[in-house]
Parts: sequence; structure tokens; C-alpha cells
Amino acid sequence: MRATAEHLWAIPALPLAAAAVISLLPRRCARAACWFATASVASGLVWSLAALAEAARSAGPLVANFAWFQIAGAPVRLGLLLDPLGAAMCVMVTAICTAVFVFSGGYMAEDRNRKAFFGYLSLFAAAMLGLVIANSLLLLFVCWEIVGSASYLLIGFWHERPAAAAAAKKAFLTTRIGDLGLFLGMLWLYRSDGTLLFYDHGAGVLDPAVLGRLAAPTGIALLLFCGAIGKSGQFPLQVWLPDAMEGPTPVSALIHAATMVAAGVFLLARVYPLMAADQALAQVPFHALSVVAGIGALTALIGAAAAVAQADLKRVLAYSTVSQLGYMMLAIGVGSWVAAIFHLLTHAFFKALLFLGAGSVIHATHHEQQLRRLGGLGRRLPATFATFAIGAMSLAGVPFLLSGYWSKEAILHAAAGWAPSRLPLLAALAGVALTAFYVTRMVALVFAGEARAPAAAHATESGPSLVGPLFFLSLGAVLLGFVGTPGRPWLQSFLTGAPLAREAPLGAPSLVLLSAGLLVAGAAAAWSLYGRRPARSADAPDPLAQRWPRLFPFLAAGLGFDRLYARTVVRAATFAAAAADDLDRTIWDGSVRAVAAAAVRTGAAGRSAEERALNGGFSAATAGMRRGARAIHDRQRGRAQFYLGALAAGFIALAAAIWWEGRP
Amino acid sequence: MSALQACLLFSSALFALGLAAALARRTAILVLLALELMLSAGTVNLVAFWRYGPRPADASGLLFVLFAIAISAAEAGVGLALVIAVRRHHASIRLDQPARLKG
Repeated sequence: MRATAEHLWAIPALPLAAAAVISLLPRRCARAACWFATASVASGLVWSLAALAEAARSAGPLVANFAWFQIAGAPVRLGLLLDPLGAAMCVMVTAICTAVFVFSGGYMAEDRNRKAFFGYLSLFAAAMLGLVIANSLLLLFVCWEIVGSASYLLIGFWHERPAAAAAAKKAFLTTRIGDLGLFLGMLWLYRSDGTLLFYDHGAGVLDPAVLGRLAAPTGIALLLFCGAIGKSGQFPLQVWLPDAMEGPTPVSALIHAATMVAAGVFLLARVYPLMAADQALAQVPFHALSVVAGIGALTALIGAAAAVAQADLKRVLAYSTVSQLGYMMLAIGVGSWVAAIFHLLTHAFFKALLFLGAGSVIHATHHEQQLRRLGGLGRRLPATFATFAIGAMSLAGVPFLLSGYWSKEAILHAAAGWAPSRLPLLAALAGVALTAFYVTRMVALVFAGEARAPAAAHATESGPSLVGPLFFLSLGAVLLGFVGTPGRPWLQSFLTGAPLAREAPLGAPSLVLLSAGLLVAGAAAAWSLYGRRPARSADAPDPLAQRWPRLFPFLAAGLGFDRLYARTVVRAATFAAAAADDLDRTIWDGSVRAVAAAAVRTGAAGRSAEERALNGGFSAATAGMRRGARAIHDRQRGRAQFYLGALAAGFIALAAAIWWEGRP
Repeated sequence: MSALQACLLFSSALFALGLAAALARRTAILVLLALELMLSAGTVNLVAFWRYGPRPADASGLLFVLFAIAISAAEAGVGLALVIAVRRHHASIRLDQPARLKG
């Protein structure tokens, strides 16, 4: 059977069914839950590969639209879309999901609640796959919110830890700010176009005819970008992503590195014609894509700078994700969404690999993730070290062999060719040096030197369910780069549908040499600080902190954004809440109390009159009533459910009586 | 069996499920959930009568449902507030504990 757009629903339906089945299983069936979840995404991978082949065969996007419901004569329509972009994303998501699910089977083996974990993961996979095949902004938005909820559930999976519960709340609320923008943009788009379908045989919002008569493309594009800012951890909403590392490490690998956080980039790539619709207009003060490029460049720098000073292995990787997502946004902003998607795909593999490698380290050292307490693990965890090194070199962009190099170079070349400004290119180049620095620092602190704590000294390599996915992902982290080299840009022509345009096999020589030089400089600086004379004890201060005692803590705190927000946004919200509380207590409560006091006074007056005049007569009457009431009293035990049962019995009796009457 | 009958059977089953749960469960939150089930059974009826009724083209059934959802959300808010109040008072949310309103 061919995987056309009509059959595409099966890809998200499989994990969704797995999630439903898992939610009904009893808690002790964790092993079955793991099997269901893994099998569903693995078969999704096969189906996605079939869809990829179908997308490569067909010219133009294949759509399957249907009416969801009809309101006041106008149908609200949703649809599924099969195009190279969606198919490539499907393959990536299902491949990473399969690796992470297998890894989770080993990593979470001792967690007593792991059945629910696989349920949440399957729900996430279903929503994420729905997001990438949606042919309607509305369907995309629905899935977008479900992945957000799944992310909330999974960050707070160990919710008995206060830090995890707080991080889950923070992630949910922060991304919600961006989602509000996306929602408003969606409403505006619907108001101006009357449809939210991407492609609809010439009548969808991305079809050129409709795009041409769009009233305010810049405003809509920027509102949609708000959603991407929240989801992809871009400046100024990047603060939730590092805290999201409180979740279990497989979750960090899947959701907060490879797939969900890349959804913002995917959204912009999907609606790229809309983002670029204002490029032809001259009278707008700025183009939407210029804003995207600026935010992306800023985020790439902020993330890389903060990653340099992190003390926690996973937080280094989290800030690195922020920075790499900034690179992708930058690529979209400078007009090369293909480079952004290329980097998204390679980043998904090497960053998931790095996170799972970190998970393997954490598992082997019994949940030790402070860099200063690790060390010397290269000899004790050889397989983890080898695969982690591949991921790290790919992230740093070591030339020629690794996928991260090719996609990063594609972005640098796109930025170099952008006419309006050189700043994004400079930011990206500075990011290259910083990336090489923090990657070398991280690898040196974890794997080189001597163990600086007992947990690291007694680590042993984990089992095949943890190491197997690492090898699978490192295969992707190496090979995936060769689908899009400048000499044979197959991916680029696949995504855009244009014929293969061969260029010089390595790109512009000056830029390649410059970025390689920056890479070597960054790595050498980090090696001279951390690798040559490794610290011997966990209490030794960080060499960089000694050199820059003021700057280092500032970078370690993520450039102070959390403190800034705590002082402004959080304080304002707290003030508003306190004011509302005060109003409630003084005005509304006060008026109720005044009425109550008046009633009490009236009652007291009435009572004194009553006691004098009426008491005697009523005493006799009430004694009789009391006897009657006692009989009823025994039925009134204050049990709410007894009352409800009596109600139900009465209702059934009534129904029976009516049936008896109406009988022929 | 017509589609309307199927819908009504489904909603009665949903209602019966909710009623059974509301009577059998002792935890206030689960009883609240069961009440929501019964409410949605009623909502299914509204939609079914609208969809298979004389004028399925106008939006009255959908609007009913929207209102019912809004009201049940408000009801859930009040219910949860009550649960929290009971929890503060009795240090438990089991429904057979607080029986102190009896006269």
C-alpha cells in the first residue's frame, strides 16, 4: 500500500492508540507498556519512510482535507499534508522516538511509576507527529498545545521534587505567553483569509493567490513567530528550557532537544511563504524575517555564552540547545529555511545522542550530574565516551566527517549571503568559537582526568538497552550530514523541489577557513584551561571563575534573565494578585459583612420581642414537631452519597411509573 | 437501530457509569469526575437531538454544548473549591467523613 496523504493519519494514530492502551493497563504492566510504546513508534518509522518515498515521487504537496464540523453554514476544515518537509520531520521524529523509548526502558527500569511515563511519551509522540503532518494551522495548534501539556507532565514527572514541579509550571506558563501570540496570529489570519488550511488546491493560506491579497503580512507573521519564540526557547522566553532539565533525561533528549523545541523552527519553515510575504513590500518599517534573524542571532549568542559557565552537565546541553535553536531561527531569518531544517534534522540526532550519553553517565554514576564531581569516565564508560565524543564533535562542527559541520556551514553561508546586515554572521561566528569552548570544557570535565567523587570512581558501563540507542544515534549523527553537502545538496533539492544545484564541494573557502580557525581557537582555549591540568578534587574552583570572578557567575545564572523576570514580571503579577485579594477582603467582603451585621441587629430585636410575647405558645407546638422530626432525622445522616442514591432510586421509581402508565 | 437511538443508548450508558461511580466512590474528587460524566451524558443527548432533529444545519446544538461546557467548567471550579474547603476542615476528602451538618 502506498503511504499517500489519505493514509497519513496512521502515523500519529499508532502512538495515540498505544497511549490509550497504556493508560488502561494496571501499574505493574510496565514492561508491556514499554513494548507497546516502542512498537508503535517503530512501526510509525516504517510508515514514515514509506511516506518519505511517496513525497519524493510526487510533485507538489499532497493534501487530504476534511470538514471537522459545520457552524452556521460554514464548515471548519482540517487536513493532512504530505510534502518533503513533513515527511522528513516524520522520519526524524519517529527515529528519535524509537531510540529514546528503547533507552527509557533501561533508564527508567527502577522507577515505580514508569508505566505512566511511557503513556505520556506515547501521547507526546502522537501529538508531535500530528503537528508535523497537519495541513491546517488549527490542527497544528491543537497538537502544539498537546505537546506542551505532555512536556508539562514529563518535566514534572518526578513531581515530588519541588524543583521539578516548579520547572514544569514555569515551562508551561512561559510557553503559554508565546502560544497566546500564535493564537492571535491564527485568528487574524482566519479573519483575513477565511481559512486556516495551508494548501487547498489554490485556496489555502500558503497558496500564492491567497498569499498575495493578505492584508497585514508582517503583523500576522510576527504573531506566529511569538509562538515559535515560546516553544523554541528563543530570547526573551528562553528561561524555561534550562529549568526543564528537571525532567528525566530521556525526556530532555526527546522533547527538550530533538523534537518539541524544534517545533517552533518547523512552524516557521512550514509557513515560510507567509513569513516572507512582506519581503516585496517597501513601506513596512521592518520585515518579519529581519526580526526573526535578529532574535535568532541574539539567542545563539546568549545560549552559547551561558553554556560556557554551567556547573550541571544537563544544563550545559540545555543552553547549547537554546543556542542551536537560535542558529536555526537565524537561518530562517536570513531566508534559508532549508538550511534551518537541515540543521534541525542533524541537531535532533546529535543532541539526542548527547543527552542520552549524559543519561548513560548519570545512570552509571547514580544520578550525579555536577561536572565538578564527575571526571575520568573515559576509561570506565568506553562506549558512552566514544558515542558522546561523536555527538560533541558534531555539535562543535568538526569539519568534513560529522553532520553538524555540514548543517552549521550551510547556515553560515546563508548568513554570509544576507544583504541587509553582517551582524547575524558575526554573531554566528562568535557562537562557533563559544560552542567549541563549552563542548571541549564539558567533555574534558566529564571524561578526562581523574574521578573527583566516589560515584564517578565506581561507575560501570550500562546495559545494551542504554548503549544500543547511543550507537544508532551516532550513526545518524555521522551519516546524516552527507545528504546535504554543498557538492551534492540532495536534501536541499528534495525539500524545495528544485533540481540538484551543485556548488563547490566545500563552500566558500574563506568562510570555511574562518569558522575552522574559530573552532580550533575555542577548543584550544578550553583544553588549556580544563584538559591540560585537570582539577583533582571536587572542591577546586573552576579555572574560568578564577580568571573572571564577576563575569562567570553572571553567565552561570543564564545572563541574569531569571532574576530580571523575578524582579519585574513576577513582582508585577504578585502585586496585582495582592491588590485583587485586598479588594476582595475590604470591598466585597466588607459589604457582605455590613449586610450580615444589619441582619444580626434586626434578628436581635425580633428575638427579644419574640421571647416576650410568643415563646409560650410555640413551645408546645415545637415539642410536637420535634417528635415528628426525630422520625425523619434518622434518615438524615449527612451522607451526601446516601442522598444521591435516594435521588437515583426516586428517579428510577418515577421512570418505572411512567413506563407502567404508557404501557399498551 | 437508528443513529439517534445509538447516541441515546451511548449517553444512557455514560450516565449509568457516572451514577454508579458517584455512588460507589468515596473520594470527593472522583465523585466530582463522575458528576462531570453524567453532565456530559446530558450534553451528548442535546447534541444527538440537534443533529438528528428537524434543523441540523443551524448551530443551536453546538451553542448548547458550548454553554454546557462553560457551565460545567464553572461547576468544577466551585466543586474543587468545596473539596479544598472540606480538606482543610476535616483533613480528608473522603465523603463519608464530613457528616456534621446533620440536624
